[in-house]
Amino acid sequence: MKQKGAQILTKCLEEENVDTIFGYPGGAVLDIYDALYDSPLKHYLVRHEQGAAHAADGYARATGKPGVCIATSGPGATNLVTGLANAYMDSVPLVAFTGQVATDMLGRDSFQEADIYGITLPITKHNYLVKSVSELPRVIRESFYLATTGRPGPVLIDLPKDVCQKRVALSHPQSPQLRGYCPVQEGASRMIGEAAAAIAASKKPVICAGGGAIISGGSEALRELAELCAIPVATTLMGKGAFPENHPLALGMIGMHGTRYANYAVNECDLLIAVGARFSDRVTVKVEAFAPEARIIHLDIDPAEIGKNVPVDIPLIGDVRLVLEQLCRQIQGGNEKEEWPARIRAWKEKYPLKYDRKSETIKPQFVVEQIDEATGGKAIITTEVGQNQMWAAQFFTFTRPRTFITSGGLGTMGFGLPAAIGAQIGRPGETVFNIAGDGSIQMNIQELATAVDYRLPLKIAVLNNSYLGMVRQWQDIFYEGRLAYTEIGGPDYIKLAEAYGAVGMRVTKPAEVRRALDEAMQIKDRPVLIDFIVDRKENVLPMIPPGGTIKKMLKE
Amino acid sequence: MFRTLTVLVENNPGVLTRVASLFSRRGYNIDSLAVGQTENPTISRMTIVVEEDDKVIEQVTKQLDKLVDVIKVNDITDEEYVGRELILIKTDGDPSVRGEIMQIVEIFRARIVDIGQSSLIIEATGDEGKIRAIIEALKPFHIRELVRTGKIAIQRGSRSAAGKSKATE
Ligand SMILES: Cc1ncc(C[n+]2csc(CCOP(=O)(O)OP(=O)(O)O)c2C)c(N)n1
Ligand SMILES: [Mg+2]
Repeated sequence: MKQKGAQILTKCLEEENVDTIFGYPGGAVLDIYDALYDSPLKHYLVRHEQGAAHAADGYARATGKPGVCIATSGPGATNLVTGLANAYMDSVPLVAFTGQVATDMLGRDSFQEADIYGITLPITKHNYLVKSVSELPRVIRESFYLATTGRPGPVLIDLPKDVCQKRVALSHPQSPQLRGYCPVQEGASRMIGEAAAAIAASKKPVICAGGGAIISGGSEALRELAELCAIPVATTLMGKGAFPENHPLALGMIGMHGTRYANYAVNECDLLIAVGARFSDRVTVKVEAFAPEARIIHLDIDPAEIGKNVPVDIPLIGDVRLVLEQLCRQIQGGNEKEEWPARIRAWKEKYPLKYDRKSETIKPQFVVEQIDEATGGKAIITTEVGQNQMWAAQFFTFTRPRTFITSGGLGTMGFGLPAAIGAQIGRPGETVFNIAGDGSIQMNIQELATAVDYRLPLKIAVLNNSYLGMVRQWQDIFYEGRLAYTEIGGPDYIKLAEAYGAVGMRVTKPAEVRRALDEAMQIKDRPVLIDFIVDRKENVLPMIPPGGTIKKMLKE
Repeated sequence: MFRTLTVLVENNPGVLTRVASLFSRRGYNIDSLAVGQTENPTISRMTIVVEEDDKVIEQVTKQLDKLVDVIKVNDITDEEYVGRELILIKTDGDPSVRGEIMQIVEIFRARIVDIGQSSLIIEATGDEGKIRAIIEALKPFHIRELVRTGKIAIQRGSRSAAGKSKATE
């Protein structure tokens, strides 16, 4: 039986076990939408294509399954760009479909033509412009394979309109044949042996776990390794949730806004075991002075990460979970370090994260702590970008993987709300909180309509400081307080939420914070936005200034 | 230092853009790039000459390898290989200097492939050293135009760019 390309597309998606798509229609994807009309696939209509990409991203991060989004040609496609770049930086498996003008119209500046293939070359793991419908099943199979294996990432498929319309018999593609792509799995045993020996020989080891520990499902193996030898574990921003932060060995986050003790530990350690982390400049801050005393073991699935930012002594290339398991088998017990954990415990006691708990205005950190308490620590937290993101990272105690969903690499304001939508759809049983800034929330606020449409009970906590707070903080610290264009107004959030059909609340006193949160937790049939009027000039601390070492750390 | 990479790629549209944009995005310096089909029509082969230090070359190689359309990357700089470049040079060529130019052409085993009223076109192939030398030798005759292909290279003996891998069979 012959079928239209668009129908083949939906069939292929079903074969890939896709059940959820985020998208926005338009002329070039009319055939695909027509096919979706009869398809069991559940399509979520967003309000902006950027929202579709971020929702698919949040869905993928929360579930571990690939996210799928769809947009029309031209402006629909270009609206996906930020979302794709975001997913690329954070290694999130996405498959994005864009409509395109018909093949005979390509290259003529046709209506709503944009070279999205060319535009997305550097921000996708791979991309395709499908010129013939016969390629479509193979391309879709390959795309899901590429997006989800090795180091995951977004793949874009550009679909000219005639390709979606042409009828052919559906051929079932075989497993992908990509001779230029063979991701590694297990680590090389010689290297594992070397790593095990280095761990045994070290007196002051530290593990630094990144996003790869979560993506690979390596949390348990990570914990096993840490406990086997009593190695303290710090995480990057992306690694939050890989290791339970209430564990005695947990150091919290390292880097620019990391805990003092995590940064002290890395500074003093004699062995740094980086696990699925890529030594970004927000982690190393001053790369030449990073972990100056340490030999470095670097475990990553992407060989190109080894030695990219810091020189590595023992490279371990492979799937993080598998290699950690191999490593655990190599290590005999009895390696526990004694003095080192004690030294770290002392730092933890002496230099905890802090803020003024007696404040009469609401401290944003307090709101985050209260969210932790009100949810019993069992929430999926998405964030926007800026101070809100750092406070969420610092003051919520993450204990489970895939519960902290944040734009790490790209730092995309406007990510948190659509990501929360994706997360809530992917994990309907969970409480999903978007910890937001008043600037960022206005970047994709239109998605509140999406959340209302689908009766998603997600919560938005706006830490409202009427500033682009993180930029204001930098202006105050590095630009002599010259606050150029960082004071920002906003709507009446109660009215705004209500206008969208959500619940709006405002909280102005610390004593009211918990009650509002408890009330919000009771609302199960629509989103709630709580406008927390917080201390306007609170800064995120500690802070290692860019290019500085821990000696330059700002503490209060 | 100059390094010579041979890169086997899928003969897909867009693959050249992928490789070129990788170089520009990451700020690697390409000295030359030559590309064409191989003995297998589904595979193209690029010879890329890069001027970077070892650390950067390692990154270049790994980043190239990461491209799905790149099948195999080899740095053959330190191996036995034959490297050649084709160059066409147009010089002044009125009769008074032609004899002298022809001598130079002879020495370099190059060829004169066109004679105009007052100009000559010289074709030469060779390795970097020879190409550099012939350009120097012809400079006094006023090089009006110069075009070169960039280096292509192939390993000597039984070694091949595909290595032992079955990938390209
Ligand atoms: C799309 C985008 N534009 C600009 C920036 C630069 N930027 C980083 S943080 C920030 C301020 C964010 O303000 P807000 O959302 O209110 O968060 P706060 O820092 O006040 O918590 C800005 C403008 C960015 N990260 N993303
Ligand atoms: Mg703000």
